[in-house]
Amino acid sequence: MTQNDVIIRLENVSKAFGDKQVLDNISLDIKKGEFVTLLGPSGCGKTTTLRLISGFTTPDSGTVYMDGKDISGIPPYKRPLNTVFQRYALFPHLDVYDNIAFGLKLAKVPEKEIEQRVRKVLKMVSMTDYEDRDVESLSGGQQQRVAIARALVNQPKVLLLDEPLSALDHKMRQDMQIELKEMHQKLGITFIYVTHDQEEALTLSDTIVVMNEGRIQQIGTPADIYNEPVNSFVADFIGESNILNGTMIEDRKVNFIGHDFECVDEGFGTNNPVDVVIRPEDIYIMNNTTSAQFTGKVTSCIFKGVHYEMLVDTDSGYELMIQDYNAFEPGSEVGMIIKPMDIQVMRKERLCNTVEGVMTDESHVKFMDGEFECGAKAGLEAGDEVTVQFGFDAVELWDHQEEGQIAGEVYSILYKGDHYHLTILTESRGFLYVDTQDIWDKGDLVGVTVKASEIKICRRNDN
Amino acid sequence: MKKFFAQAYIWFLLILLYAPLVFIGIFSFTESRVMGNWTGFSTKLYSNLFSGMMQGDSALMAAVKNTLLIALIAAALSTLLGTIAAIGIFNLKGRKKAGIQFLNNIPMINPDIITGVSLFLLFIFLGFSQGYTTVVLAHITFCTPYVVLNVMPKLAQMNPNTYEAALDLGATPGQALRKVMIPQLRPGMISGFILAFTMSLDDFAVTFFTRGTVGLDTLSTYIYTDARKGGLTPELRPLMTLIFATILILLVIINIRQARLAKKAAAK
Repeated sequence: MTQNDVIIRLENVSKAFGDKQVLDNISLDIKKGEFVTLLGPSGCGKTTTLRLISGFTTPDSGTVYMDGKDISGIPPYKRPLNTVFQRYALFPHLDVYDNIAFGLKLAKVPEKEIEQRVRKVLKMVSMTDYEDRDVESLSGGQQQRVAIARALVNQPKVLLLDEPLSALDHKMRQDMQIELKEMHQKLGITFIYVTHDQEEALTLSDTIVVMNEGRIQQIGTPADIYNEPVNSFVADFIGESNILNGTMIEDRKVNFIGHDFECVDEGFGTNNPVDVVIRPEDIYIMNNTTSAQFTGKVTSCIFKGVHYEMLVDTDSGYELMIQDYNAFEPGSEVGMIIKPMDIQVMRKERLCNTVEGVMTDESHVKFMDGEFECGAKAGLEAGDEVTVQFGFDAVELWDHQEEGQIAGEVYSILYKGDHYHLTILTESRGFLYVDTQDIWDKGDLVGVTVKASEIKICRRNDN
Repeated sequence: MKKFFAQAYIWFLLILLYAPLVFIGIFSFTESRVMGNWTGFSTKLYSNLFSGMMQGDSALMAAVKNTLLIALIAAALSTLLGTIAAIGIFNLKGRKKAGIQFLNNIPMINPDIITGVSLFLLFIFLGFSQGYTTVVLAHITFCTPYVVLNVMPKLAQMNPNTYEAALDLGATPGQALRKVMIPQLRPGMISGFILAFTMSLDDFAVTFFTRGTVGLDTLSTYIYTDARKGGLTPELRPLMTLIFATILILLVIINIRQARLAKKAAAK
């Protein structure tokens, strides 16, 4: 990719609102003519990223470039790009024509040209004959079309779309997706699209940028992102998947759900813990149990239109989701095969919790605003700065926040086949990771304790 | 029977409320100096009022002119100030917003007499010579909170993205304010203006304390001094009747217009 192809570049951009870090050192290149989607759950920073590009927000640090020029300090009305807002944001006091002509009139385009351009763009969004209509008398879909026309009539180099279809019903959304895609192909300008809907992202985009917790998780084509997610978050967020703990025994050989499987991944070392992702449609299920790699018992079977979605308890006690065109009745014994190609091995993001703390005396350590018993540690005394490590299963969660040394909230949940892997957002705005058998819901308020015997402490290396 | 009492009650209330107005209306068509003395039908008081040929002094029309002019200036300026203030307050967050809204409400609840006296003392302290300017300033002071109160709900109704959309389409913040914000806030500004106008129109206490000694009279202060001099000027009766009739007609027009708008909105 040459420099000239890049139209928008974000370089080491960070942004915080109050004590909440919304964007954490993001760098991103967007090519001319691309359809790029920023995808992520709410609060992941995708809208903030868009607002940095449109100019409604300025970065705390880092730079936004457009066509190679630093535009970080340029106000939105001087940027050659236009936005389609989430809830249309049409001007209720103007009719359709005046809404669309708004930008052109400000730019002092001759009246005659304005008329031509408005007509042309109305035709493009299939809204001819609606010129004199009051915008509030239009349906949601029609308002959306006017909003798109209002942005496009200014012939921006980049069109920004902030969840433009989120207020439409399912059918309308699908139709608009196709139209947007066609518009993009016809116009050849760059589209930057924000959505939390992974299906929409897969349908529309040339490139998807998956974001979470203010960081970019993965950038790639829809196929890349779907087939080769780089971590368990991406795998879980895009499509359905079985995400399991595994061990890379050697190159091309991985162990998970109690069995060894051949795979195509190399370079993960030997006997290293990894995450394994298997899409539910990639597990072959059959009545024959003798030629299978492993066996199990169907526990539920739901018809999903094109396929059946089944849950299977495997012989080694893991639960897998399987999608197949054939139905297997609950209770039936089945055999399963997973092909090497369909096993996606990923490096684990972390193997245990690592936090920074301070010793309060020789058997207590303080971190994340809580004080924890950690057993007597020789050679450490009050005030020593230390790095604290403990396993995911050393953390215990309690129903009431007062029962824990620190309080937190369940931030995200990942099912790993035989247990849940939770991310806890603590009150000090740090993250803790927990393996548990118990069922929690996202947003649950919990108290957190850590088993004293499992806490490992070492002195932080001072510089 | 129950229904009869309910009906009777409401009519009783209405009569109680409107009897004085009807009374003054009827007696505006007779020449008698003393109210309540019917000396035959005549429109002389009306013609006196407009020709300026009054039995008493001719300061009445000057007072009417002052009242209207002060109300107009005060309402216009407080609409401007109040709208800007409302936008500012609306964009504040949390405690600060609640605090300022509370402060905005105090002048409305505060008894006029206290507002009047305190402004009187303030103007003396600042060494302002009291007269027309101080009355206008005082009226702006107590009118502005009403405008803020009327504009705030319009801001809440407005899609906040429309301002950003205007910027996005190339409008400077000033243009976005004029071409997008103000048109959407206009209904609130108009009702704020009307309210400010009427508040200024019938203010007595504040005007009384801030008008100084230059002989400035508004309608309310004129009537006050007139009454103290012994009996009201009879031309006040047609004047009151006309003011009331104007307000009534305006109200009817506004109501009809609103009903039509509501009908139009319902038809969509």
